[in-house]
Amino acid sequence: MRTALVLLLSITATAAGGSGNQSALNSQGAPAIHVEHLIIGITVVCAVVWLLVMIVLGWALLRKRSSDSGPPRDRPLTTIVSSAVAATVVIIAALTIASFYTTRSIGLPGNTALTITVRGQQWWWQVIYADANPAFSFQTANEIHIPVGQDVQIQLESADVVHSFWVPSLAGKQDLVPGRSNSLLLRAERPGTYRGQCAEFCGLQHTHMAMMVIADEPADYQRWIAAQRENSVMPTYADAAAGKAAFLSKPCAACHTVRGTSAAGTTGPDLTHIGSRQTIAAGLLETTRGSLAAWIADPQTLKPGNNMPMVPLTSVELRDISAYMESLK
Amino acid sequence: MNRSVVLDLSKLPPHGLGTASLTWWGTLAFMLIEGTGFALSIVVYLYLMSLAPHWPLDAPPPDLLPGSGLTALLIVSLLPNMLIARWARQQNLAKVRIGLVIMSLLGVAPLFLRVLEFPAMHISWDQNAYGSIVWVMLGLHTTHILTDLVETLVLTCLMFSKHGDNPRRYGDVSDNAMYWNFVVATWLPMYVCLYWIPRL
Amino acid sequence: MIVRDEVEDLRDTALDEVQLDRRLSETWSTPTGLWGALSTVDHKIIGRRYIYTAFIFLALGGILALAMRLQLSEPEARFIGPDRYNQIFTMHGTNMMFLFAVPVMEAMAVYLVPLMVGTRNIAFPRLNAFSYWMYLAGGLLLWIAFAVDTGPDVGWFAYVPLSGPQYAAGKRADIWAQMITFTEVSALAVAVEIVVTVLKQRAPGMSLDRIPLFVWSMLVTSFLIILAMPAIMIASTALILDRLVGTHFFNPAEGGDVLLWQHLFWFFGHPEVYIIFLPAVGMVSTIVATFTRRPVFGYLAMVMALVTTGVLAFGLWVHHMFVAGLPRLGESFFTASSMAIAIPAGLQIFCWLATMWAGRPVFKTPFLFVIGFMVIFVIGGMTGVMVASVPFDTQVHDTYFVVAHFHYVLVGGAVFPLLGAIYYWFPKITGRMMSETLGRWTFGLIFTGFNLTFFPMHILGLQGMPRRIYTYQPEMPWSGLNMFISLSAVILAAGFLLFFIDAIRSAASGPAAPDNPWGASTLEWATSSPPLPYNFARLPVVGSLEPLSNNSETLSVAGGLSVDRRELIVTSVVEALPEARESSPGNSIWPLWSALATTVLLIWSIFTPWAVVWGSIPVSIALIGWFWPKGTPEDDT
Ligand code: HEA
Ligand code: HEA
Ligand code: HEC
Ligand code: CUA
Ligand SMILES: [Cu+2]
Repeated sequence: MRTALVLLLSITATAAGGSGNQSALNSQGAPAIHVEHLIIGITVVCAVVWLLVMIVLGWALLRKRSSDSGPPRDRPLTTIVSSAVAATVVIIAALTIASFYTTRSIGLPGNTALTITVRGQQWWWQVIYADANPAFSFQTANEIHIPVGQDVQIQLESADVVHSFWVPSLAGKQDLVPGRSNSLLLRAERPGTYRGQCAEFCGLQHTHMAMMVIADEPADYQRWIAAQRENSVMPTYADAAAGKAAFLSKPCAACHTVRGTSAAGTTGPDLTHIGSRQTIAAGLLETTRGSLAAWIADPQTLKPGNNMPMVPLTSVELRDISAYMESLK
Repeated sequence: MNRSVVLDLSKLPPHGLGTASLTWWGTLAFMLIEGTGFALSIVVYLYLMSLAPHWPLDAPPPDLLPGSGLTALLIVSLLPNMLIARWARQQNLAKVRIGLVIMSLLGVAPLFLRVLEFPAMHISWDQNAYGSIVWVMLGLHTTHILTDLVETLVLTCLMFSKHGDNPRRYGDVSDNAMYWNFVVATWLPMYVCLYWIPRL
Repeated sequence: MIVRDEVEDLRDTALDEVQLDRRLSETWSTPTGLWGALSTVDHKIIGRRYIYTAFIFLALGGILALAMRLQLSEPEARFIGPDRYNQIFTMHGTNMMFLFAVPVMEAMAVYLVPLMVGTRNIAFPRLNAFSYWMYLAGGLLLWIAFAVDTGPDVGWFAYVPLSGPQYAAGKRADIWAQMITFTEVSALAVAVEIVVTVLKQRAPGMSLDRIPLFVWSMLVTSFLIILAMPAIMIASTALILDRLVGTHFFNPAEGGDVLLWQHLFWFFGHPEVYIIFLPAVGMVSTIVATFTRRPVFGYLAMVMALVTTGVLAFGLWVHHMFVAGLPRLGESFFTASSMAIAIPAGLQIFCWLATMWAGRPVFKTPFLFVIGFMVIFVIGGMTGVMVASVPFDTQVHDTYFVVAHFHYVLVGGAVFPLLGAIYYWFPKITGRMMSETLGRWTFGLIFTGFNLTFFPMHILGLQGMPRRIYTYQPEMPWSGLNMFISLSAVILAAGFLLFFIDAIRSAASGPAAPDNPWGASTLEWATSSPPLPYNFARLPVVGSLEPLSNNSETLSVAGGLSVDRRELIVTSVVEALPEARESSPGNSIWPLWSALATTVLLIWSIFTPWAVVWGSIPVSIALIGWFWPKGTPEDDT
């Protein structure tokens, strides 16, 4: 049974490694790695204890009973039961200490070079890269880039209800609590895209509140930062240019910011570089012109109840706006 | 199954008094429930206080007069309350009747002061969390005064009715007296909390 | 004191058995017909109703579970939309916890405890009637609201601010909060009754060390209810006030706090799970003793374990909030205290194992469920120990791992013993036996179905599947296991269906049960199956922990009670020495009126605070009617 369990765990670990990249058993960052070791350790200990209990249970029930000897005495039983209790005490003490040291070894966020603020909103993630120089500060949504091999502090806030930030391959989860500020230490050892998902029930579309953490090599990371700091690009094609005009004249601009234009709404995600993100609408769809069009045409069917209304557009406007969105690399 | 009678209960009294009474224990259990509720309300008060940058939130400390007056009145009411418990134990109908009338009046009197206590807090329930907890604590305690008052009034009527002179009723009277002691006793920590902690 | 005209006071010592039964029946029985049904205060009738009602809620909650499993069986399924799904899982959790698990345990106690301690009715029988009506009203409120699409949709712990005035428009969250009030009132009422019944109405001679373990477990449970429920009372009241009159308890902008809700909820919520579990432990002890044909090993240790669990239960609530951002050092304390629960839990497991080893097991259906309990509950306990570790929990909190944990402990730890207990006490309650063959099939299906359904959820959780999601994307590696789980849930449901069929069929036409079909040794088996309205014609006198096993031919009883009024004995707390004869209240319709008036007040107060003012008038009138003496022998000595 124990081997079966370990086997099971490793099978799932490999299964998770292949796709999705959202698994506590596929740890890719120091905090998650420490925890994965702890998970496996405690699981094995507990599996062994369970197995022992089951063996005793089977034996106690099925053992041959001699018919002549009187009822067994209680004295030896008392000794056995007390030793089992003593063993329990020892084991749980060991597990407590192990988890205490794991917490210690994960370390606390605080003295990291990079701090990123994540604000949970129903049902998307606002990501703020603040810089001492306000001109260098920017915002994005649902996608967080971090440099590989570096401790990053994620500052967690909520704009409305409680959410929970969870990227299992990189670290355990931490809640975003309105009126409070929490923080989490995030770290990736290898470049890659790590999926995460809101873990605390936050209403109608809690299901569709995913985010991507993308760990870049330091050079790539710097390039990305530099690109994000830029204002939005000027549309070069005619449809995108028409799309920009339509975007600015429709209610879109009331909710969304596109730096470098007059659009400065703050209700929805910052769209300055929407075209460069892998997914839209909190992990709902891959970013393509088609998916953008589908989303803008009818966000309420794709993600029922979300806070972006359906804005009536002609098919031409829709095509142009999608082209514009896609062009915002 | 055969039964063999091994115990003769015929000499037992037909009704238990004091700790031999079921209602006495029932009252105690309800006091435990409500006492836990009161204690938790104080915990909530202290919890909110521990989070606030200053306390009370956006209000001066409450005026002392009405609350202290009420406290004094409640403490004074303990004396007739103790007496009525004793008279009930003695099953003295005439004295119990007088005592119940007095206790009814002493149940009504604090309500007048309580009405003044709410404005003395200088905050309303919907202004901030401080206002909310203060009103809820006062409200919680007021319901207890009210329930005990209604019970006392009903008992008074009972004791003047044909059902009055009965050991069971005397038991009810002393349980009611015990409950009033509880209403007074729970007020004291609340009084300290509401009126003196903001002055620390 | 006014001298009454001396009524001839007829005592049971003056009567032979036949006369005695006739006189007691006259005094104690419930009149037939609707009026009798509505005004009865017989703990057996009310207990039976309580049990039926709770099982109906189990079936309804189970059907909701199947609906969820249907929706989750494949990625991006469209059987149920997000709004309905959120209502369904909230209803499932709320219904299972507040309308099934807690009430069913109380129901068993309402039926069994008076019999097991050898008395004739529960203490405060009218309160007992009231508590059932309140429970029924709360259940109807929740389900009717759900039927008209106003079911709560904020999860069974209704975290603010999602359930607060800003984010939960409409009346859904109010329905949740007020349903809580209904079930609290009824649970608290039963808890008080049980405490007083156990402390003061035990059969003469049943000193503290002779109380059956099931009764001990209910005593501890009742104290847990008394100390834990006020927290949720305060919390749900504060929530309703925030929503209705604009207080700011949970509003951080005005000095309130979001985590205050979580603290208050879990200060209740954690003891709540032991309120469900401890009675089940009592059932296990009872069944183990009977089917190994020896007393449970380590009586004192078992009692100490119950009490310790009860005390520790109040020191663990923070383990539900490990990722809420509390100070890490404080959290380590709660890891230690949570793990410490493994000590009393383990002690009990070890004592049962010792009992089984030393006894001579008889593998009847109730005992099979106990064996299933051992297998499953220990897994659930182990995963409990896992999630008690802070770093471990940061990965699995709010995932299917936790869903697996709590179904292992709730279903394995509480429902299995409960089903065993139903098979065990069914003959006593209905006078008929359930089918042993169907019982084995039921056990087999439920045991297999359960493990196949819930074990894979551990893996899903570790693979990153959060709970409370109505669907998932095909890219995620979860679809295979989810389909497997949903199919297995059908096996599980088939098991439950078979159970219901067996129970309904046996109640109607099962073979007649003898008084003591299992050769058990506690007092409920000393009376007929089903028991007569007065439980015992002569109240038993107890001389050992196992009153029926020492001399099973004769039962020692007490004589000298009056038969003209409902009379029972009050005994002392420790030694159970007789202190007084006492009358037990007669039937009354007033508990029903009081419950109706309270129901009107509570539902009305969802809409306006003035309901509390005006609604309290009919409540007061009904309560006065309840307590005003009617001149019966019970009311006037
Ligand atoms: C019947 C109900 C029941 C019971 C008995 C338990 C028992 C335990 N539970 Fe569980 N729990 C729930 C019902 C229950 N729980 C529910 C409903 C939730 C979720 C609520 C929600 O979020 O919706 C929950 C959630 C929950 C959490 C929060 C998880 C999270 O949200 O992230 C935690 C964390 O510590 C926890 C811990 C424990 C522990 C340590 C025990 C212990 O009592 C277990 C002790 C038992 C044993 C350990 C087995 C027997 C012992 C031995 C054989 C001895 C040898 C043992 C060792 C050496 C380890 N539980
Ligand atoms: C004692 C409590 C209890 C019980 C018994 C169950 C039983 C079951 N539970 Fe539940 N569950 C909870 C308590 C319980 N649950 C809680 C507290 C939550 C958390 C809710 C929240 O997050 O807020 C939860 C959440 C929960 C989830 C997670 C939902 C989510 O997060 O999205 C799932 C998913 O599979 C689930 C499944 C099941 C299943 C398959 C059963 C099965 O065991 C059910 C089997 C029973 C049946 C299928 C009934 C069979 C009856 C019939 C066939 C009809 C008979 C006919 C008549 C006579 C009328 N439960
Ligand atoms: C009332 C406010 C509002 C209006 C008007 C609005 N949006 Fe949005 N938009 C949002 C919100 C809120 C979201 C986030 C939805 C979610 O993921 O839950 C969003 C998301 C988006 C996204 C995906 C962003 C991302 O990072 O994933 C795009 C693209 C977008 N909107 C484009 C538009 C366009 C184009 C228009 C006009 C036709 C528009 N929006 C009008 C509020 C608005
Ligand atoms: Cu945000 Cu769930
Ligand atoms: Cu808990």
